[in-house]
Amino acid sequence: MANEGPALRERLEEIRRRGVAAFESAESQEALEAARIEFLGRGGLVSRAMSDLKALPAEEKPATGQAGNRVKKALEALLEVRSAAIAAAESGETDEVTDLTLPGRRTWQGGVHPVTRVIDEVCEIFREIGFTIATGPEIESDWHNFTSLNIPLDHPAADMHDTFYLDQGVLLRTHTSPVQARIMLEHDPPVRVLAPGLVFRRDPWDASHAPAFEQIEGLAVDEGIDFVEFRAAIDFFVHRFFGTGTRTRFRPSYFPFTEPSAEVDVTCFLCEGSGCSTCKGTGWVEIMGSGMVNPAVFEAVGYDSERFTGYAFGMGPARIALLRYRIPDIRLLYEGDAAFLEQFC
Amino acid sequence: MDVSVNWLRALVPGLEGSAQELADRISLGAIPVDRVIPVGDDLAGIVIARVTEARPHPNADRLTLCRVDAGTGEPIDVVCGAPNVEEGALYPYVAPGQELPGGFRIESRKIRGEMSHGMLCSEKELELGRDAGGIMKLEGNFEPGASFASAMSLPDARLELDLTPNRIDLACHAGVARELAPEGGTGVVLTEFPGPGWEPVWIDGRTGAESNGVSIRIADADRCFRYLGAIIRGVRVGPSPAWLQARLRGAGARPINNVVDATNYILLESNQPLHAFDLEKLAGSEIQVRAARAGEELRTLDGEKHVLTPACTVIADEDGAVALAGVMGGQESEVSPETVDLLIECAAFDPTHTRHTAAETGLATDASYRFERGIDEVGLEAALTRCVQLILAIAGGEADTEGIRVGGLPPSLAVAELRPERVRQVLGLDLSSARIEELLSPLGFGLRSDGTRELLRFDVPGWRGDVRTESDLLEEVARRHGYDAFPSEPRSFRPSSVPDAPDHERGDRVRRFFAGEGFLEARSLPFVTERRSAVDRIPLLRPLSRAEGFLRTDLASVLLSRVEHNWLRGRRSVRLFEVGTAFGSRSPRPEAPPADPSPDERDAANPFAEERRFAFVITGDRSPDHWGGSASEVDLWDLKGIVEQLAETFDLGPVAPFAGRVDECQRPFGWGMWLHDEAFEVGDGECLAGIAGRVDSRALDAPPWASPVFAGEFRLGAVQVADRRRFEPLPQYPAVARDLAFTLASTVPASEVESAIRLAAPPLLSNLQLFDVYEGEGVEEGRRSLAWRLVFRAPDRTLTDGEVDEAMTAILRRLEADFDVRIRAS
Ligand SMILES: [Zn+2]
Repeated sequence: MANEGPALRERLEEIRRRGVAAFESAESQEALEAARIEFLGRGGLVSRAMSDLKALPAEEKPATGQAGNRVKKALEALLEVRSAAIAAAESGETDEVTDLTLPGRRTWQGGVHPVTRVIDEVCEIFREIGFTIATGPEIESDWHNFTSLNIPLDHPAADMHDTFYLDQGVLLRTHTSPVQARIMLEHDPPVRVLAPGLVFRRDPWDASHAPAFEQIEGLAVDEGIDFVEFRAAIDFFVHRFFGTGTRTRFRPSYFPFTEPSAEVDVTCFLCEGSGCSTCKGTGWVEIMGSGMVNPAVFEAVGYDSERFTGYAFGMGPARIALLRYRIPDIRLLYEGDAAFLEQFC
Repeated sequence: MDVSVNWLRALVPGLEGSAQELADRISLGAIPVDRVIPVGDDLAGIVIARVTEARPHPNADRLTLCRVDAGTGEPIDVVCGAPNVEEGALYPYVAPGQELPGGFRIESRKIRGEMSHGMLCSEKELELGRDAGGIMKLEGNFEPGASFASAMSLPDARLELDLTPNRIDLACHAGVARELAPEGGTGVVLTEFPGPGWEPVWIDGRTGAESNGVSIRIADADRCFRYLGAIIRGVRVGPSPAWLQARLRGAGARPINNVVDATNYILLESNQPLHAFDLEKLAGSEIQVRAARAGEELRTLDGEKHVLTPACTVIADEDGAVALAGVMGGQESEVSPETVDLLIECAAFDPTHTRHTAAETGLATDASYRFERGIDEVGLEAALTRCVQLILAIAGGEADTEGIRVGGLPPSLAVAELRPERVRQVLGLDLSSARIEELLSPLGFGLRSDGTRELLRFDVPGWRGDVRTESDLLEEVARRHGYDAFPSEPRSFRPSSVPDAPDHERGDRVRRFFAGEGFLEARSLPFVTERRSAVDRIPLLRPLSRAEGFLRTDLASVLLSRVEHNWLRGRRSVRLFEVGTAFGSRSPRPEAPPADPSPDERDAANPFAEERRFAFVITGDRSPDHWGGSASEVDLWDLKGIVEQLAETFDLGPVAPFAGRVDECQRPFGWGMWLHDEAFEVGDGECLAGIAGRVDSRALDAPPWASPVFAGEFRLGAVQVADRRRFEPLPQYPAVARDLAFTLASTVPASEVESAIRLAAPPLLSNLQLFDVYEGEGVEEGRRSLAWRLVFRAPDRTLTDGEVDEAMTAILRRLEADFDVRIRAS
């Protein structure tokens, strides 16, 4: 009787092989049901083989019992798969595979303007060093736009601003700098504000000029602000915005409302300083005008220029967007062309 | 402004560094250098040659056969195509086998049957200038065969400076050289001219002075502060010596004759415009500076005839105007080859009057540019003296020992003060007085003895009209120290006293909302045509074009023009939004401000108003095309859904059908573009928060395939930024849902039915939703069916059917009483 266990296991394996063949060849639910009764039914082959288990010696029972269960499970699983396949075939759904390379169903993409992206990023960075965000009117008096900023109305410096006038002494602001005066007239130091907004110049449209464009003004006034801190603030911004590998270069310049005045260059972020058409081969790109606030401006708004010092700067997010996203023509920014705007979603 | 590097080197002994290095020093220390242009770098193959014989080419009208002496001992045949070739004159010459700049190799060749060995060159061919009209005639005593480059003081480099309006002193070589002069060095050294020299005795007069029969008068002291004159008799007008021509060419100027070149040289060296009159051509014995008479005529040096107005300032002799003061001389009294006696003018004309004279005549010259920005009034004597010395050296003649000086002695130097403590406060630098002096003295600032250690007092050189205040001197110190030499050290800071502007945050939130709803942000410029700005339009006084002649009074209509732009590009589905400013006039117009108004009074007198708004526009398909089925078009209910969501998100107030009121509060929102029976108004304040609806197709230039367009515009100020959300406990007990369908008169608005249900329902009604609206077959004419889903829930127990039935009965009773409803048989 020693070989009864192995013999039963062999018989079970044979049942499994025949069962698989029978289930797979069944083409209808009826044929499948007939096969089920033959193999898995109450008096079917599997169940009969399992009842022979009882006759085995005790030590043979566990292994053979497990083998029987495996066969039963395997056939049951196959039965389920075949049944579903036959049901699908009978309901007309062939077993054709879904083409998963077809495009999915989408909604319209929304997004903010590339210039908004730049403005938001700049604001976020300056917020980290204590700046808040201010706004100011786009229609200004000539006093706010020029006089308060130490620009006499008949000075050649005013020639730099070819201005849209609306009425005697009323104009579309030529820079965001008049927000400086408005802020200082209303608030006492410490002042740290950023003022993004639209500014207007009588420049005819071309690839790099528009009669209006965005600017971001910055102003910090308190006791103890010096050129060293000013450089550090600008360096902080540049490293955060353009990357830590970017270097800055401060050059003398002229703005009536700052003194000393400086243009700030950064190493060209397209060629990383080796020279390209964007930086005209110099390796540097100019990003802002800036400087220490001229005491004359403090006096115009009633600040004590002996006690308070500060720095101010202005930059063009539209120009930065053109450079960063390599947009060749400023007109694209203001046309509202959906195909253009979608690229920045 | 162009400067020659060779000239700068001549002014600063021992100046080291390449042209590019010098340019970088100027850029980082003073003003931007736009370009560095090498001049005559590769002229090694060019020599000076004399044309000994010139005759017409037998086979070509425009060619000349030349015999040329290039110092080789042998005459050379050269065919020349230039119209200006002259026998006996000197020209640059390239021999066969040599190259032109740029690498073009010259070979012997036959031209129209005649051999040509080499070439006579124009400025353009040598890349020295733009003149291609003829070959470059060389004036001066040169030996044939001499190196052209060394005769012309080449190679050189030209720096293109981008002058800032404050630094007019950098419009000359001495000014730029001062910026490069090393600390502790000899500073800028002007070359001395050979010849007899001139040290005048000044004949002074406040308004007029006379010497040797020549009288000068300033008739209007507002127009001219000082006027100096020198008389030179017996000059020989001719070409300038080579060194002078080379200097002028190096700075981009054209040599004319020795007298004019001398005045130009002084201009380019020290910024003082000078003018030379042919003394014999001046009528009478007196010239005067005065306002032009109305209708007075003058032909200027450039050949143009001007009819003048009293806004112009002129120099006039007995017969009338002979020069435009500070702008340009007259042709009549111009120095010509026949001129023998000269009157040299060296004056300080008023900037504003010079600007008027230039503007009236449409002229902008090197002289007017400088006078308009202010010249060195202290330097007049030195400039005139140097000019006379130069003319005597190169044109001969004899100068009257008396110089005429009208308007007084030179003004004394301005004094500017600087506290070293302030250097510490503003610049963050700890500099000693000695160090400050060291930094400033190469620029010409002289430390005065009347200061103290705490207060340094400096004489400001006459050419630095831009330096008067302490902060002006601080800038000089910072520049000389070097901006890049400053440390960059973050400091601790106090938080800003200025709160965030609410409009900025509102704009942020609105942007986030629309971007999330699949809208693209447009940024349109606020300029519009007349058609787009029919209401309260604000004209620009000097618009760039008629198409952009007005400011927008609303945003939505500008977005419509953006939709049209997209239609033109064949795009049917467009979803745009914008956050921006709309403009309007204040009514009634405020009164003019008082004299010398305060900032607030100026704002109060502003006749215009502006308001931050946001607007959106939507047309085309609900979603992008998909192979699984095409999308349906956006309709009024999509619009209303957006508006309802906006109103909820930003707490804008109720959304109601547009009442069509015309008042000041509604007019701004794109008046006239909405279809009134398909529009909504939002808000419950005195003024609407906004309007949205279907756009009247007559307001649009739509292609036939376009879909209906919906838009909305809102005041940004209506957006609530305070976060009012509060937690509500989540339901603990199950809900019971009931559907209720009934018909009633079609004229009853759904909103009224909804309020009736809500009013009738006990607090158990937790949710109410209209899920079907039906009109047509099966429903009586004039009535419609509304189907609602009602959800009941109690916070503290499971509702019984009885309780819900009771609630439903109460609702039904109410509906029957109010609206004649009939329950639909299900
Ligand atoms: Zn580059």
